[in-house]
Amino acid sequence: MNNQQLARDESFEVEQREWKRRQRKERGKQLLTIVSPVFLLLLWEVMSRTGILDIRFFPPPSRIVQTFYEMIMSGMMAKHVGVSLYRIFIGFLAGVIPGVIIGLLMGLYSPIRHFVQPIVMALMPIPTLALLPIIIILFGIGDLSKVVTIAGSVFFPVVINTAAGVLNIDKIYLDVANNYQTSRWNFFFKIALPGSLPVMLEGIQMGQAIALLTIVAAEMMGATSGIGYLIWTSYKAFLLPEMYVGLILISFFGYLFSIFLRALQNKLLPWR
Amino acid sequence: MEGKPKITVDGLMKAFYKKQGSVIALEDISLTINEGEFVCLVGPSGCGKTTLLRILAGLEHPSVGSFTIETENEDRPLQSMVFQERGVIPWLTVRENVAFGLKMRKLPKDFVEERTNYYLKKTGLERFSSLYPKELSGGMKQRVSIARAFANDPEILLMDEPFGALDEQNRFILQEELLNIWAETKKTVLFITHSIDEALLLSDRILLMGAQPGKIIAEISIDKPRPRKIEDIRKDPEMAAVFLEIWHHLQEEVLKSRE
Repeated sequence: MNNQQLARDESFEVEQREWKRRQRKERGKQLLTIVSPVFLLLLWEVMSRTGILDIRFFPPPSRIVQTFYEMIMSGMMAKHVGVSLYRIFIGFLAGVIPGVIIGLLMGLYSPIRHFVQPIVMALMPIPTLALLPIIIILFGIGDLSKVVTIAGSVFFPVVINTAAGVLNIDKIYLDVANNYQTSRWNFFFKIALPGSLPVMLEGIQMGQAIALLTIVAAEMMGATSGIGYLIWTSYKAFLLPEMYVGLILISFFGYLFSIFLRALQNKLLPWR
Repeated sequence: MEGKPKITVDGLMKAFYKKQGSVIALEDISLTINEGEFVCLVGPSGCGKTTLLRILAGLEHPSVGSFTIETENEDRPLQSMVFQERGVIPWLTVRENVAFGLKMRKLPKDFVEERTNYYLKKTGLERFSSLYPKELSGGMKQRVSIARAFANDPEILLMDEPFGALDEQNRFILQEELLNIWAETKKTVLFITHSIDEALLLSDRILLMGAQPGKIIAEISIDKPRPRKIEDIRKDPEMAAVFLEIWHHLQEEVLKSRE
């Protein structure tokens, strides 16, 4: 009896040591993830200060941070960021909402799918940015043309993923719904919508990334404000620290939106 | 077990049309299942037993022939199906799954609540009622599926190999649980399985199906008194003889389909 207890204690100890070792390893990996961007920035700083990198093209990060601070203080930052975020937000919604609705219709009704799919497929490869001159002619150089450009870019991944999401719902759930006499309304809200949500949200996540790519380019042409405008005018005036501030802002918001959408995904899909 | 007919299938045929050669899946199926009877349909895979069940479930249409299910109560759904393991809807909680049929029929809230609670309790799922199916074992998922079908209180129950994916121990447990619930409601059940043991334990009557084309080749009544236990079936020499009889029939079919 006693021997058995000893053997048990020992095996627990062995496993505990093993567990602690794994934990240390995990922490080490987490540390690496934090260290890598810091390392890159340090490398950059050192290299541009020592003249290995041309300081005109690659101002040291400390300089960029300083510019960042000055721009916040002068109020310029708030103006550009505010304008861009507003355009992204409205454009994103204007792309996502019709994308989801048309995607659901395509997934649910095969005649609609067969009619709409060729149109979507033909239009998708055309970069919305290539249409920018026409969009500016039609919608002017204000917010509307940017919103339209973003909406046009966001629409495609969302519509395609939403339709695919509906089509990917396991047939057995359609049988269950049929067998339990589900009405059209209930079928939509209890089966089609929740069933397609995982793939749909992947499309929305993609749309979010595309919205950020698009805003910068859209604001480079025919705009008087926004992060893209900031990047473009700074570049033309050779104010590279300001330009880098713009790039960092885009990267920051991209990261922020991804985290937000991931959180939303976890919230909406507790069953995954 | 003389009762009045509940399910009548008359000269039912099902063909599948394909350009490379059509197949007769079901040939001239005629059968009667009486009120309150538990009938197992046993046959090798691909013999069309699932097709027959899906036709009765209204999920497919017969090519020729017809079937009727006698209705006793207009408010009741005609049939409910217990699907294979994947049939539990993953984005609904256990409770929502069990209540699914009742909610779809837009029954009063209190009534839905009460029936759902009753069957959650009956299947031992109470503690798990707010979990999502991903957190359940295979056996628990099938309990959800069974509870959902019984809660819906249909005229007849159709079961499509509900225990096919379970390990043997769990299967025995669920079979006995199913019999307990069934004994209480006395529903007419048509149950598909490829397990002879399962059919012997559950059935009043076993229908054997042959393959290509699928038709009913033999019919065996099981008169063992209920409630039955798996031990009793295993011990009983008479049941052993029936097992062999069924096996010989099916063996022939399986060999035939290999040729």
